Amino acid sequence: MRPSARLLAGALAAFAVLLVIGGAFAGLIAEVGGNWAGAAAAFDPYLLRIVRFTLWQAVLSTLLSVGPAIFVARALSRHPAFPGRRLLLALFAVPLALPAIVAALGVLALYGRAGWLAPLLGFVWGGDWPGIYGLSGILVAHVFFNMPLATRLLLESLDSVPADQWRLASQLGMGAGSGFRLIEWPAMRTALPGVAALVFMLCVTSFTIVLLLGGGPAATTLEVAIYQALRFDFDIARAVALTILQLLLTIAAVALMATFGAATTGEASISVASRRHAHVPPPERWANALLLGAVAAFVAGPLLATLLSGLAADLARLAGESSVQRATATSLALAAVSATLAVALAWSFVAARGALAARRSGRLAERAADLGPLVSLVVPPIVIGAGWFVLLRRTGGTFAAAPFMVAGVNAMMAMPFAMRALKPAHDAATARHDRLAAQLDISGWNRLRLVDWPALRRPLGVAFAFSASLSLGDLGVIALFGSESVKTLPYLLIERMGAYRTADAAGLALFLGLLCLALVLVADRLGREKP
Amino acid sequence: MTGAAIVCEQMAFSYGGAQMLFDLTLPAGAIVALMGPSGSGKSTLLSLIAGFETPSSGRVVIGGRDVTREPPAARPVSMVFQENNLFGHLDVTANVGLGRSPALRLSAQDKADVAAALARVGLAGMEKRLPRELSGGERQRVVLARVLVRDRPVLLLDEPFAALGPAMKGDMLDLLRELHAERGMTIVMATHDPDDARALSSSLAFVEAGRIDAFGPTEGFFGDAAPQAFRRYAGEMRR
Repeated sequence: MRPSARLLAGALAAFAVLLVIGGAFAGLIAEVGGNWAGAAAAFDPYLLRIVRFTLWQAVLSTLLSVGPAIFVARALSRHPAFPGRRLLLALFAVPLALPAIVAALGVLALYGRAGWLAPLLGFVWGGDWPGIYGLSGILVAHVFFNMPLATRLLLESLDSVPADQWRLASQLGMGAGSGFRLIEWPAMRTALPGVAALVFMLCVTSFTIVLLLGGGPAATTLEVAIYQALRFDFDIARAVALTILQLLLTIAAVALMATFGAATTGEASISVASRRHAHVPPPERWANALLLGAVAAFVAGPLLATLLSGLAADLARLAGESSVQRATATSLALAAVSATLAVALAWSFVAARGALAARRSGRLAERAADLGPLVSLVVPPIVIGAGWFVLLRRTGGTFAAAPFMVAGVNAMMAMPFAMRALKPAHDAATARHDRLAAQLDISGWNRLRLVDWPALRRPLGVAFAFSASLSLGDLGVIALFGSESVKTLPYLLIERMGAYRTADAAGLALFLGLLCLALVLVADRLGREKP
Repeated sequence: MTGAAIVCEQMAFSYGGAQMLFDLTLPAGAIVALMGPSGSGKSTLLSLIAGFETPSSGRVVIGGRDVTREPPAARPVSMVFQENNLFGHLDVTANVGLGRSPALRLSAQDKADVAAALARVGLAGMEKRLPRELSGGERQRVVLARVLVRDRPVLLLDEPFAALGPAMKGDMLDLLRELHAERGMTIVMATHDPDDARALSSSLAFVEAGRIDAFGPTEGFFGDAAPQAFRRYAGEMRR
């Protein structure tokens, strides 16, 4: 592409993003303007309680995820080579690749009232195990998701400690305590605020887990309350008030994250750099083994429960059901469209950003091109969905818009991840090829065919597979817009759960989880291979 | 094809706070060495002539035609960069063929020319190799083969042999001299090595702080009458 074409592509992508977000805001503003008193009246004590619970569960989830992660990361770093280490790290990457709905079901299948552990827990509890709905369920699921993520990020910071420092430490005879205090803790401390802010952000905007594991008014977050206000109570004024609060909260969380300079889009792969360590004395060795074993069991538990419950379902009958087949086809089609859009948006932004940098002018425009894509992180899908829901309600086309909303909003959510997959390869390729292509007059279609496609097809594949996986497992927008005519797999799953067809739900969860996992594995494989 | 004269008329350019102003006339068919400290503006001068940068004022005239506003591909110029001269995913033939057709649609005549050019630079039999399967010297030969099939009156080289060992560099300088004898194009080569300049060039332009500090026959720079600034620079090089 010529620089002008790249800037045009970037402008078009920015326009598309602004259109999606602008439409949502237009819906909200129109509603508030039309019913000012109603929106104001929605700010009642109940709403404050929801805000408090949203923050409280996020703070607890962050503490419970990041606190243990410090010691897990340290244990992994102390033992750079033991049998099963690679397997453990691979296991830690799985929650990141799983849709929240599958993880939530896995937690229920293990710790729920009829879960695999219910007899044991009931024995300890002294009576019938009541299951872990409410705050405890939310916390377990959030820790299941975020503790491996935090561990991975902290391990990265530990791996960045130069090997020479470790040699120096063992030469000076540092014990485990002083090694932690003087080397490991300082290395992790720099990464810690960013990691904590990222986990906090993910928990504040968590929708699916709270929807499935939260119970009643006592354990509801803003996002779930928005959904309930729109889908069950038809209380538009309350939904608008909730949406505005959620938006403010997310902006605050993102500001927090930006302050601490966290990477906003975690990667799904774990560094396995191994480095020989000083001798670890036997007592600590056993303590570490115990810790890692417990954590491995905690992460593997819900996965295993998902697998066992899924296999126990009548999979053959499920596969034969036309509703399942239709939902699968719908999910795959929407995921493909959404991933295509996400990749197109990401490519446009990355190309425009490169063209702006090459012009060496317009710092403001460069900043805008950097920040623009982050908008999709600030504005959660539920907020966009709610805005459009309110807007389209006036036209009566809410459910007809479902496919467009699902594909469009999911594309925006996946875009930052797609950009991350694409940007390094794209920037390296343009730096290598731009002048040569300009001299030889290779442009337009020829440039795409001969230069860009060969250089970028792998990262494009990574971005596509990853985006498709995100879209496939999403239960956010579809929860608002789903209907008899448009059902995705997650929506069907929720429906079966609501009808107490738990075995069906488990079977679908296994199917959905495997689909997403396969896509992420494809992305990972593509990303690793040398072009 | 014979060479074309290059005229840079009060060509101004600023880059990151450095103000540059080039005024220089190079006769058709000359071989000119461009020397000067790192950051003095050698590469920028070549980029301005080739069209990768546009001067804020002044003109570039090549072969009597004002090309100041023309894009790189429209100028009668081939340029050899310090690196990234080849597309790593395309084989040798394709890389050379792109010099004839940017869509890589080659006629039978084009294909014959590509093969002849490759044979001329000593790469017969390596047509299907990828750049990474070649040595550094062979890669630069591929670039020269493409220069041959493009057949433009001006050839600019930006420290093209910096990464090669002495023997290979000597071979490349010989090849360049032979190609000049056959085609007569105007050659401008930026280099840090005074020996390269003496071995190849008829005249030398010394660039310092974004200006042409001295310009004249190459031999004049290596005697007692050499300009003071150049002696300082060349002395630094030898240390």
